[in-house]
Amino acid sequence: MTPQQPIIELRDIRKSYQMGDTVSQVLQGVSLTIYPGEYVCIMGPSGCGKSTLLNVLGCLDQPSSGHYFLGGEDVARLNDDDLSKARCRNLGFIFQSYNLIQQLTVLENIEVPLYYKGVPEHESREIAIRLASQVGLSHRLHHRPTELSGGQQQRVAIARSLANDPLVILADEATGNLDSKSGQEILGIFDDLNKAGKTMVFVTHDERMVGRCTRVIRLKDGEVDRDERGAAADRYTGITGTSVRPHATDAPAPDHSAEGAAAALVHQPVLS
Amino acid sequence: MFSLAAHPILRLAVSPQHMWRSIVLGSKSIWLHKLRSMLTALGVVFGVASVVAMLAIGEGASHEAQEQIRKLGSQNIILESVKPSDNQGPAQQTRSMVIEYGLTTRDIDQIRQTIPGVSVVVPSRIISEYLWNESLNVDASIIGALPIYPQMRNRRMLAGRFFSELEQKERLPVCVINQTTAARLFPLASPVGKSIRVRGFYYRVLGIMEDESQRATTEGSGSANKSSNSNSLAQLIIPFFTLMDQYGDTFFRFRSGSFEAEKVEFHDAIVRVDDVNAVVSRADAIRHLLARNHPNEDYRVTVPIELLRQAERTKRIFSIVLGSIAAISLLVGGIGIMNIMLASVTERTREIGIRRALGARQTDIILQFLIETVLLAGAGGVVGVVLGLGIPIAISHFAGVTTVIKAWAPTLAFSISVITGIAFGIYPAMRAAKMNPVEALRHE
Repeated sequence: MTPQQPIIELRDIRKSYQMGDTVSQVLQGVSLTIYPGEYVCIMGPSGCGKSTLLNVLGCLDQPSSGHYFLGGEDVARLNDDDLSKARCRNLGFIFQSYNLIQQLTVLENIEVPLYYKGVPEHESREIAIRLASQVGLSHRLHHRPTELSGGQQQRVAIARSLANDPLVILADEATGNLDSKSGQEILGIFDDLNKAGKTMVFVTHDERMVGRCTRVIRLKDGEVDRDERGAAADRYTGITGTSVRPHATDAPAPDHSAEGAAAALVHQPVLS
Repeated sequence: MFSLAAHPILRLAVSPQHMWRSIVLGSKSIWLHKLRSMLTALGVVFGVASVVAMLAIGEGASHEAQEQIRKLGSQNIILESVKPSDNQGPAQQTRSMVIEYGLTTRDIDQIRQTIPGVSVVVPSRIISEYLWNESLNVDASIIGALPIYPQMRNRRMLAGRFFSELEQKERLPVCVINQTTAARLFPLASPVGKSIRVRGFYYRVLGIMEDESQRATTEGSGSANKSSNSNSLAQLIIPFFTLMDQYGDTFFRFRSGSFEAEKVEFHDAIVRVDDVNAVVSRADAIRHLLARNHPNEDYRVTVPIELLRQAERTKRIFSIVLGSIAAISLLVGGIGIMNIMLASVTERTREIGIRRALGARQTDIILQFLIETVLLAGAGGVVGVVLGLGIPIAISHFAGVTTVIKAWAPTLAFSISVITGIAFGIYPAMRAAKMNPVEALRHE
């Protein structure tokens, strides 16, 4: 895929909900294009349609109208099964409340997307072990989520979101439940992932994120209010036609040691 | 919009490997809630146990009936003399102090001559007496019989031989005894060749015959001759003519201080019909004939084939009753499973949302919950089969009822448990799959 070809293209996406007699328009014609390697932050006050937009981007919800091209495929009119396949192949999710399955161990949680993708057991186990060690959890492989701290749980979630080598990682207030130290650590991992070429879409109302991402999209009343370059935008070179290349010099100083590991994650596409 | 081919239920076919992993996953989930799973499966356990037990008891009853028919002979019609109760008897008989009843030579002759397709009529006479060997004695029935007796009664000789036509004609004092008699009178040595004393008369023992098979179950409430038929009673079998010579046709005896006189020509007779299919109609003919000769009903006609029919009817009723019980308990068990699975689906809404977000199709969710339900029901089925095999064994041991466990019965019961799991698991699984992923993820 050439860098010019967008990973995500939304064309006039509208979403309305029927609430009793009244119809509430949540998304009122959102159009935006996201290219490979971008680190996009979607911000806005509560009620502006952030979550709805994320659900549409995540193929969890169908827009009422409009077109959504994910990796070149229009997913706005797919049936439930094909949507599931699209999620399985193209998307990695990171949630505010981690959303790990409580009765599964760390490894098993990381393996869930691979299971639905149909990756053979020994192979998926191998991938999960590698990913777990790369987010620094190799000593917790057989622990259950309840035995882990919030930061550790979010690391498991990150490993899980990477398991099927998705086109884009969608994160919803990924640091919202964490104290500032573990939050910083998690954000550091995200930075590294992006530097390694992963496309990231963030939904947050944490203004500090602006300093980390390459692009900030501000929503207001279901419409794109402003679409501006983030502080790290100069790092992003996708639009200019050159390939994504990690360069740490002008990025915010890395404040942890997992950088190399995170880069390694992306440089080894797990599956075609 | 809705097309049948697109329905998630119809795409459950997955690779064996995927299936195996789903099964492992389901087992883990069940194992996580051990107590709950156990209680949930309990209904199915009892349902399946009752199915297995029911089949074993039903088969046992049928087996017993067939065994009985085999012993009595399906071509046979058994006639027995029955002592009429006092108020029924004609006045002049009670006055003469001699009770006269039962089958007569006239009956036997008429049956022989008028009923077609009847090959042999074997009458026998039974008298109650004490048998002696040295100082040992036993209260026994003396049966006057014809040499064809063992074949007609399907009784095997255990030692020695039965008496011959010649010995019968010559009215020799020879006898055959049954196992019980042999054990009581000759506890140490073989009785063959020895003599048994009855009053002042000696009979030489030719052989030992096996005890009569259990017929008590179908004898009903017959008033007379009970002693002649009940199980493990001492018997002395002598040639019919020998018996006639000894006792004539009237028999007197003193017992427990009372005086009794009976005049009975034959105590029982066996009629063999050539064609098995004609047995019932011949039996009807014989009943008509005897009804004409014996207005006070001092006889009884037993048709083994009819016993078989009756046993089958009983078995059918039994099966219906137990089958309903089994069906109801499986229904209740299934509803119990469904109830718990619905609760489990609600409880695991979040997990379902997560799985859907990570790429699970509706089919995958259905498969996951369905496998869990089937595993639960199947495990209940296995325990139920084990329990169900134990029940008939216990019944046989303590109640003495024959039970037969056929190989297909546990298989059937287990299959029913799996089918119950599928039937009652499909709705909760569908409900789980139909959840909106967004709402499921938001669920607390």
